[in-house]
Amino acid sequence: MKNIPVLSVKNLKTQFQTEHGVVTAVDRVSFDVFSGKTLGIVGESGCGKSVTSLSIMKLVSDPGKIVEGEILLRDRNLIPLSEKDMRKIRGNEISMIFQEPMTSLNPVFTIGNQIIEAIQVHQSISKKDARKKAIELLTLVGIPSPEKRIDDYPHQLSGGMRQRVMIAMALSCDPSVLIADEPTTALDVTIQAQILELIKKIQSEREMSVVLITHDLGVVAEVCDHVVVMYAGKIVEQADVQTLFSNPKHPYTRGLLKSLPGYRGNVKARLETIPGMVPSLHELPKGCRFQTRCSSKRDICEKEEPPLKEIGGIESFAHSVRCIKEVTDV
Amino acid sequence: MTAYILKRIIYTVPIVFGVALIMFSLFHLVGGDPTYQMLGKHADAKMIADLRSELGLDQSYFNQFLLYLKQIMTFDFGRSFSTRQKISEMILSGLTPSFSLALLGFCLTLVLSLVIAMISAYFRGKVIDKVVVVFCVLGMSISALAYILFGQYFLAYKMGWFPISGYESEMPYRLQYLIMPALIWVAVSVGVDVRFFRTALLDEVYQDYVRTARAKGLSDFFVFFKHVLKNSLIPIITYLVIQIPFLMLGSFLLESFFGIPGIGNMTIDAINNSDFPVLKAIATVMSLMVIFFNLLTDLLYTVVDPRVRLK
Repeated sequence: MKNIPVLSVKNLKTQFQTEHGVVTAVDRVSFDVFSGKTLGIVGESGCGKSVTSLSIMKLVSDPGKIVEGEILLRDRNLIPLSEKDMRKIRGNEISMIFQEPMTSLNPVFTIGNQIIEAIQVHQSISKKDARKKAIELLTLVGIPSPEKRIDDYPHQLSGGMRQRVMIAMALSCDPSVLIADEPTTALDVTIQAQILELIKKIQSEREMSVVLITHDLGVVAEVCDHVVVMYAGKIVEQADVQTLFSNPKHPYTRGLLKSLPGYRGNVKARLETIPGMVPSLHELPKGCRFQTRCSSKRDICEKEEPPLKEIGGIESFAHSVRCIKEVTDV
Repeated sequence: MTAYILKRIIYTVPIVFGVALIMFSLFHLVGGDPTYQMLGKHADAKMIADLRSELGLDQSYFNQFLLYLKQIMTFDFGRSFSTRQKISEMILSGLTPSFSLALLGFCLTLVLSLVIAMISAYFRGKVIDKVVVVFCVLGMSISALAYILFGQYFLAYKMGWFPISGYESEMPYRLQYLIMPALIWVAVSVGVDVRFFRTALLDEVYQDYVRTARAKGLSDFFVFFKHVLKNSLIPIITYLVIQIPFLMLGSFLLESFFGIPGIGNMTIDAINNSDFPVLKAIATVMSLMVIFFNLLTDLLYTVVDPRVRLK
């Protein structure tokens, strides 16, 4: 039973029709999310991690479009579902919280109104009961005096409190998957830790799966069980968190880890950086996408793109990497 | 809340004073001496002096300004140079025709353009939206005069659907005279309004909270009419309330072409006759109304936007 994923993304491809041609923001991405586990999706800005998460909700807005792949929620494919059926899944079975708690709540409605709305759209309960439930949810996410706070407007709360409200709203229908798109990026460090603690606590209480999108490997080390590393729209490496941190294979993953302060105990050394910039999705190099910034680039890297190859890992989660070195053994 | 309202009301006092000062100075600079004009070329020095003292023109500027302030407070602006009527009565009698036409035109335009703007914004980027935008630009580009000529010549003269011009204060007949000018009002302003409302709506459609609302499982329709609409009301209310003083002033063009005895018509007559007291009174009343409705807008914000309430 343990190895049946709750959410399984297979060969997902999302494209944007832009003025300069078609851009593939997410290119054949596949991963599994297991019950009660946290999957981290890591990468720099523009690597396609947010589009991946929006694709799972089928909320990619025009001119973006999912052109290929499957999104299986307990073996039910979400791709062919109508917008109406999809609405029954959003906020109910899969919930999402966003990066900007400042702008993600509607400024002209009270937080209570917005939580009650989330409850009532999926459950046929009275407004009074929904309000009671909203207060319970606010208590759960650690909002002090929730009976009073429920009638506050978003601007009356701090950033951390707003993110707690977002979490309360996301939990309102007891979803099996919570997608958190950079939930702590806009918050200061102490609040970040509190929010992550909260997500962890709720997750273990409810056996909920979490997809955590972040660019912060420190956050990944703290809360994730499995990690997917994305670069320019593709997965370049995936593994369980232990393996990824102890035995990173892809030069990009290594580079990311080396740019963490205090990685492998070396606190005093200068931080390393990955030279160059993420290539524009309009003009990707032929062959390996990371070649322009790779320190161990060879001639072959310019010729063909290596496949994502499984090279080991633990029983529940394979370690795969997309690098020519791992494929050809040279 | 009360403190906010009181603060805003107190703020208007220096504004009113400043406006009065500017208005007084301007009319003194351009007004000249009206006695020559009123008495004609055969006036002798005594007649001029008598009239000057009757009008208070022989007093110091300071006293004249005080007199003007008193006029504002009592809404008694003296008499017109040309018709010798009481100006306050002229303004009051002009208000009803002006406001009848303006209210009809304004309300028709508002309803029509809000509906079109909402449809257009909801189907943004689709064919219907593009058609709307094209027609808006087209409507804005045609001069009001063209609509007036078309209306008076074809609809009134050729087809006989409406009276060509005129006004009747008896109620059911009044509408009969007002419908065509009101329709022209709509034709002239609907394009501008639709574009403004559409932009106000589209500014909100791409906000983060819309994505949140959709992620909750709400339908696009519900999100648009609950979340988006209430937020766009903030700029829309400003835009609408600021127009109200100009509604009272009426439309110069429509009133003079259709012979409607409103304030707009009165203003044009006053300009033609260099009737400065009337112009001064109208300009003053207008300024005060602009100040008043700006105040009203600020107070309305507290209803729509909760962020204003605490400040």
